[in-house]
Amino acid sequence: MELTGAQIFVESLKKLNVETLFGYPGGAVLHIYDALHFAEKDGSIKHILVRHEQGAVHMADGYARATGKCGYALLTSGPGATNGVTGIATAYMDSIPMVVITGQVPTHLIGNDAFQEADVVGITRPCTKHNFLVKDVKDLARVMAEAHYIATSGRPGPVLVDIPKDVTAQKCKFEWPAKVEIPSYRPSSEGHMKQIKKAVELILTAKRPVLYVGGGCIWSHAAPELTEFARRLGIPVTQTLMGLGSFPMGDPLSLDMLGMHGTYRANLAMTNSDVLIAIGARFDDRVTGKLDEFCRGAKKIHVDIDPSSISKNIEVDIPIVGDAKKVLRKMLDCLPAEAEQTKFRRSMDPWHETIAGWERQHPLFYKDWQPDNSTEVIKPQWAIQEIYRKTRHLKPVVTTDVGQHQMWAAQYFQFDEPFKWITSGGLGTMGFGLPSAIGAQFARPKDTVLAIVGDASVQMCIQELIVAAEHKLPVKVFIINNVYLGMVRQWQEMFYDNRYTSVYIPLQPDWVKLADSMSAQGFRVSERSKLSGVIDEAMSSSKPCLVDIRVDPEESVFPMIPAGGSIANPITADQVYKSKVADDPNSASLS
Amino acid sequence: MQTNKHTLAVLVQNEFGVLSRVAGLFSARGYNIESLAVAETLDPKVSRMTIVTRGEEKIIEQITKQLNKLISVIKVVDLTELEHVEREMALIKVHAEGDGRAEVLRISDIFRGKVVDVSPSSYTFEFTGVEEKINAVVNLLKPFGIREIVRTGKVAVARGAGASTETRRRPRDSDHTDEAA
Repeated sequence: MELTGAQIFVESLKKLNVETLFGYPGGAVLHIYDALHFAEKDGSIKHILVRHEQGAVHMADGYARATGKCGYALLTSGPGATNGVTGIATAYMDSIPMVVITGQVPTHLIGNDAFQEADVVGITRPCTKHNFLVKDVKDLARVMAEAHYIATSGRPGPVLVDIPKDVTAQKCKFEWPAKVEIPSYRPSSEGHMKQIKKAVELILTAKRPVLYVGGGCIWSHAAPELTEFARRLGIPVTQTLMGLGSFPMGDPLSLDMLGMHGTYRANLAMTNSDVLIAIGARFDDRVTGKLDEFCRGAKKIHVDIDPSSISKNIEVDIPIVGDAKKVLRKMLDCLPAEAEQTKFRRSMDPWHETIAGWERQHPLFYKDWQPDNSTEVIKPQWAIQEIYRKTRHLKPVVTTDVGQHQMWAAQYFQFDEPFKWITSGGLGTMGFGLPSAIGAQFARPKDTVLAIVGDASVQMCIQELIVAAEHKLPVKVFIINNVYLGMVRQWQEMFYDNRYTSVYIPLQPDWVKLADSMSAQGFRVSERSKLSGVIDEAMSSSKPCLVDIRVDPEESVFPMIPAGGSIANPITADQVYKSKVADDPNSASLS
Repeated sequence: MQTNKHTLAVLVQNEFGVLSRVAGLFSARGYNIESLAVAETLDPKVSRMTIVTRGEEKIIEQITKQLNKLISVIKVVDLTELEHVEREMALIKVHAEGDGRAEVLRISDIFRGKVVDVSPSSYTFEFTGVEEKINAVVNLLKPFGIREIVRTGKVAVARGAGASTETRRRPRDSDHTDEAA
């Protein structure tokens, strides 16, 4: 029996076990939506209609990040596809497995400046792991299988499949490939045994080792192996923004996040280490600061599934190309006997002492008071801590938008397990928080999903809130509202002599009314004593909620390593407060 | 640091857009392409690109890794590291009148060029050789007045009996990155 391209597409989704598809219809995908009609009726595939294509891609992204599965989005041609580009680039920078299917004008019209035509394959070439233009219906099933395989294997990434409308109408027999064979793509994952042995030998000679772990440990499901390895040898672990949750942050060995806004002890441990073990992390500029001053005294081991990430920014001594989980397992197998391990663990005591000293010197800190002694102003850091305190027992999935609130959430939330922390790290896309939370809630209907967003960021994709209401998803959106584009304001304060330009947004939507108008529930709070009650109310609501938390407008994120600065010299909060007092000892104002 | 010229042989899937992918990779990451030649191999599903690029060792290593990362790229061989033969071809239309006419022919003979077109005031020559030879003949012909010049990119093949770009069915991590320490 022959099927149309549209039907083949739907059958392919079923073969790939795609349960949820986020999308928005349009002319070029009409045949596909007609075929989906039947799949929706028999319950095999759920299609979620968004309100902007960027929302669809972010939702598919949040869905993937909350489960480890591949996200799927369906967009129409032209503006539908171009609206999705930001979402695709977001997934590309963070290596998220996703397949985005875009409609395209009929093949005979391609290149003719047709209605709603865009060279989507050309536009997304630099921001997808790979993309396809399907010119013949006979290729469609194979391409769908290949797209899924490419997206989810090796270093994951978004794959785009562009399907012209006439291809979705052409007919042929549906043949699902038994195996995906791409001669030019053979991702390796095992890791070279010789290198692994060398690495373990080197580690066992270390006096001040540090494990520096990133998103690769999350996507490889390497948390158990990583935890075992670190604990057996007593090696402190620091995580990147993308790696939070790969090692329990409450553990005494955790240095928490490193980098531009990481903890003081994490950055100093890195700087003073003698053996640096990088696993599933890419030495991003937010982590390294000034390259030629980065970890000069350390021998470096780098485990990564992507060979091009190794020695890209920083030359390493022992590169190991492989999957984090597999390599860590092999490293564990190479460890000496228990007695030796215990001996090594004990030898780490002086190093731990030193690190504890750094923590005592400059712990995470903010001044939680106001000069006029009023106690009702809410500090943003305190608000986030309060949200954490009140929700941690629910083990929530947390998404964020981009900016100061994102950094504070990374600092003050403690993540113990992978796939619970969802944030746009590489591209830093404002607007990501709300739709990714909705995608995560679809993926994990029984879990609590929180979005910590800024007042500027949340306005970028706010239209998707109504999708949450429509599907009765109880996502809780906490707006850390400082009426500023906070992070930009901070930089203008620190580097542009307080010349605030285009960062003040005092005219805000009435978030309570806005939520209400979208069939969600809104709350507003600006007094510290009331916050706890409002959080309780929101958490117990069965509706999606927007909680507008008015906070102190001029707080800054510390520690901070300015761009191009050395990680040996983070600027810490207490230093900043001290210098402000020194400038003006009569002033009681420290904020 | 030293920047060197490297000649890369890149085997790619012969599919729509692959040239654009490779060129896009170079431009997006700021690597330079000095020349590029591409055509099908014996296997119509596979094309071979010869790319000449210049950069420090580290950059060349990154270029090779990034090329390998492209799904459409089957194999990358840095011919600069191997004994190899390289050639490029040039078609040069030279003004040739009066005394110059004989001299220009003599120069062409010396460089084993072929006359492929003739007119009362010009000759068009075809030269094949290494880059330096083509540069030399261009310089010698310049004084006579070169009307037009068309050069192909460099093509290159390793010396010896084996096919350096033979595609073997084994995973990519057995390349030098893994062994380098």
